[in-house]
Amino acid sequence: MNRKLLDLWVGVFVVIGIAALLFLALKVGNLSASNFLETYPLTAKFDNIGGLKVRGPVKSAGVVVGRVSDVRFDPQTYEAVVTFNIDARYKFPKDTFASILTAGLLGEQYIGLDAGGDEKMLKSGDVIAKTQSAVVLEKLISQFLFSKASEGPEKK
Amino acid sequence: MARRILEVVAGLGHRVNEKLQRMGFAARFFVMLLVYSGQSFRRLHLTIREVYFSGVLSLLIILVSGLFVGLVLGLQGYETLQRYGSSEALGILVALSLTRELGPVVAGLLFASRAGSSITAEIGLMKATEQLKAMDMMAVNPIARVVAPRFWGGVISMPLLAAMFSAMGIFGGYLIGVVFIGVDEGAFWSQMQASVDFRNDVWNGVIKSFVFGVAVSLIAVFEGYDSVPTAEGVSRAITRTVVNSALAILALDFVLTSFMFRGL
Repeated sequence: MNRKLLDLWVGVFVVIGIAALLFLALKVGNLSASNFLETYPLTAKFDNIGGLKVRGPVKSAGVVVGRVSDVRFDPQTYEAVVTFNIDARYKFPKDTFASILTAGLLGEQYIGLDAGGDEKMLKSGDVIAKTQSAVVLEKLISQFLFSKASEGPEKK
Repeated sequence: MARRILEVVAGLGHRVNEKLQRMGFAARFFVMLLVYSGQSFRRLHLTIREVYFSGVLSLLIILVSGLFVGLVLGLQGYETLQRYGSSEALGILVALSLTRELGPVVAGLLFASRAGSSITAEIGLMKATEQLKAMDMMAVNPIARVVAPRFWGGVISMPLLAAMFSAMGIFGGYLIGVVFIGVDEGAFWSQMQASVDFRNDVWNGVIKSFVFGVAVSLIAVFEGYDSVPTAEGVSRAITRTVVNSALAILALDFVLTSFMFRGL
């Protein structure tokens, strides 16, 4: 086989390989979407974070605005301390409400931010004061069962 | 009785010694290979030729098996996921299992049996017909002229082949899941994108396939270079290449996985 044809084939091979990598990076992976250029960290304390994981999304009005960077346990207050990075383009008021929500019934958990009405904005490193914990399905079910059980006999 | 036991222990020691010596020889061979790589890169068309033989000619088997692995994953994954009413997660299942594990591992195994065996056969036959010695006589270094290009050809081809395998497999999963079964297309891709991370999943897969490429190529060229120069010796060397490569890939995969995906 002459050398030019061989070079051509190898060139085609390398191009296909790189195209496959790009496909994996852009279409399959989240290289295009999730890497915010500039971010600032915020912290929030929760009684219970449920199944929230590092790199989980932070959403506001359903749009991903940041990612969870760290989850720790505070041994003094027995709370979970969650640090997350917010895209620097977005600013949130001081009285923003952070809650842990679930995508779908059994989907992944994420932090939902509901903006408040304060004039002052949260700065880098601030702590969000108002939080709501994850809803634990077992607790919900047991509450429901207990309330059913307590009202049950009276009706009959 | 005591002598029998002593004999058995001595036999074991002999075998361990032999294996260790061979490994030491392999390590020295690897260093020599790296040292003479510079020389062989000066004649780059030698390496390009080997990329053609081990990479381009493996394209068909890699693409076809990638497609079929993806099809099977899609079919079986759907079968299980739809029981829990989460068939939209099919994209995650197919993409994660391919980029993290199946892509590099299966592509590596195919590469070892398709390209590794032919590299060993070629070098072993060269040795059997004393072409390597003839080169040495003509002051041509056989490691720089024959071994290094084949090694680097394999190392370059392997990650590209693994990426193609994964991409083709995901396309196969898409074909089965979205086109034939009718999983929602938007959910398929968006859930996949939400949970496949470029650095953690895709890039680690690329690193894996690179490591496998180095391991398979090294085993292939070493077994060829170290083969007994007879017809039987060469055939044994080829068998050893395929067996050792497969074992090396699976063992390395376990080690790499336990380092890369801890706590994920």
